[in-house]
Amino acid sequence: MFKKSFIALVTVLAMAGCASKGAHNAQDTIPTPVDGSSSSSAIGGNGDGAPVQIGDQSYGSDQGVGLFDTSAKTNVIYFALDSSDLDSTGLATVDKFAKYLSANPVTKVRIEGNTDERGTREYNISLGERRANAVLDALRTKGVSANQLSVISYGEERPAAQGHDEAAWAQNRRAVIIRQ
Amino acid sequence: MAKAVTKIVGQKSMRNKLSWLLALLVFSSAAHADLDVTISGGETAATPIAIVPFAGLAANEVDMAKVIDADLGRTGQFRTLARGSLPEQPSDPAGVHFPSWRAVSMDNLVLGQLKRDPATGSVQVRFYLIDTVRGAQLMAFDMPAVAPTQLRYLSHQIADLIYQKLTGIPGAFTTKIAYVAASGLGSARRFELVVADADGDSPRAVAVSREPLMSPSWSPDRKQLAYVGFERGRSAIYIHTLATGQVRKLISEKGINGSPDWSPDGRSMAVTLSFETNPDIYIIDVATGSRRRITDQYGIDTEASWSPDGQTLVFTSDRGGQPQIYQVPAAGGDAKRVTFVGKQNLRASYSPDGKSLVVVNYDDARYRIALLDLASGAMKIISDGPLDESPSYAPNGMVVIYATQGRQGAELATSSIDGRVRQRMRQPGDVREPAWSPQNR
Repeated sequence: MFKKSFIALVTVLAMAGCASKGAHNAQDTIPTPVDGSSSSSAIGGNGDGAPVQIGDQSYGSDQGVGLFDTSAKTNVIYFALDSSDLDSTGLATVDKFAKYLSANPVTKVRIEGNTDERGTREYNISLGERRANAVLDALRTKGVSANQLSVISYGEERPAAQGHDEAAWAQNRRAVIIRQ
Repeated sequence: MAKAVTKIVGQKSMRNKLSWLLALLVFSSAAHADLDVTISGGETAATPIAIVPFAGLAANEVDMAKVIDADLGRTGQFRTLARGSLPEQPSDPAGVHFPSWRAVSMDNLVLGQLKRDPATGSVQVRFYLIDTVRGAQLMAFDMPAVAPTQLRYLSHQIADLIYQKLTGIPGAFTTKIAYVAASGLGSARRFELVVADADGDSPRAVAVSREPLMSPSWSPDRKQLAYVGFERGRSAIYIHTLATGQVRKLISEKGINGSPDWSPDGRSMAVTLSFETNPDIYIIDVATGSRRRITDQYGIDTEASWSPDGQTLVFTSDRGGQPQIYQVPAAGGDAKRVTFVGKQNLRASYSPDGKSLVVVNYDDARYRIALLDLASGAMKIISDGPLDESPSYAPNGMVVIYATQGRQGAELATSSIDGRVRQRMRQPGDVREPAWSPQNR
């Protein structure tokens, strides 16, 4: 079973050896997903394409389980078209996470920014990062430590809804808070 | 098993409609991708040419005339004749009855024949290009002997020779395309980086990932691809050597590592990084990894692309509110806005002659592919939208490939630069981000 960093990117042609020179060392290894596949990522995907969390056993507390429930979307913040502003619902979500993270300073989260499919892919990576940073800034304003927070943008690459209409796009303009 | 759909827009005679339909049916039976060709507008600029089936092909071998026919037709510069409408099928000039070809308005004629070497199993192909108006032979070539498995590539080479003879421009039919294909849902989602022939045939996955793969960019020598991948909450730019499958991580800073575009001399790569403040354009030395920051601007700067002379970059920026295209010296300096038509313009790249940009233009709630003439500022829309993106010029500048939303998911399409001839290449899965390789040298 592969354990090094480069497994998310298996080259079909490659000799297995040449792909293993990643920048990460041994403590970067993460648990193997229960389905036995060899992903090196903490993020898989579930049926609707939204991120699902794998391998956070060491931090499990009852309080956190409800907060980080991607299927119930308790950890998802939605955005209006062309906007990275948090509305009142989004601010309420930030509030809940700020309280939890302040009370659990060992917990680290990753904020994943996403966009709808309109516009170009790399531009959407930038827009998604802007949304993730808006959530990060709001958490920081509420007193969460910077070293508990990181951001990543998937742009339009990981849609939660597959359609090509406003209903799907509204589902996809989102930031998701994932416990690491 | 492949199915062809022909859609004719604009003014064409019934005979031409029929001949296109037949041409496509004949062609597509040999192709892996479904094809859907749209022809709009008149045909005054298209050169008529008939490709007669080559004599001596075995039943299981590539129909070379079909491959040549499709290559030439896709450029929009040629009008071909459906096989069912060919008045005769000679295999050398002595057998040509010129009045028959003039009667069907075919000014040019291609004939070919195969000879086999029973000892080696190799095949030698001879072809002729004939001007039926003057009754003159324009070309007669004996191609180098090849194994029968090489006949498809040989067909593209012949199409290149014919194209250059009749247009004066090098053909791009032996080039490649790289693209990203996504398939499966949920935990079965897979992203593949695929390299295929320029006509979409012979696709080969060169990298697979459970995480998104993005933004393939060819090295000028066609030996390497740069692209973006993700692993465990971090993005990175990788350099993949095609011959060996070896992959090297070029950069993986905090934040965005995106939009790689190889410089024309192969030494540098323009990229987007956000670790210092927000997304800005940087140039990385490929050998040493050292980098220079080119833009330092509040807001998004991304999607940089080099001019063919390596002196200038164009990029997308929302510094004016909406995303538009800006130009900046590769040595650094002030950026100047170059797009003013349309609500948004994104992801520009230069034509091979450096005189035009191809962009994604947003207006009337549609994302469409457009060409911007840099001298005049004139913008010409060459696709219908509504979600077209990732345009890439053929290395001879005569055709643009792009991604579009089809009925069965994202697919690739080509448009001639006059916007008149468009072709869709339907492949399995969501196919996006085509990148046309440089010319074979």
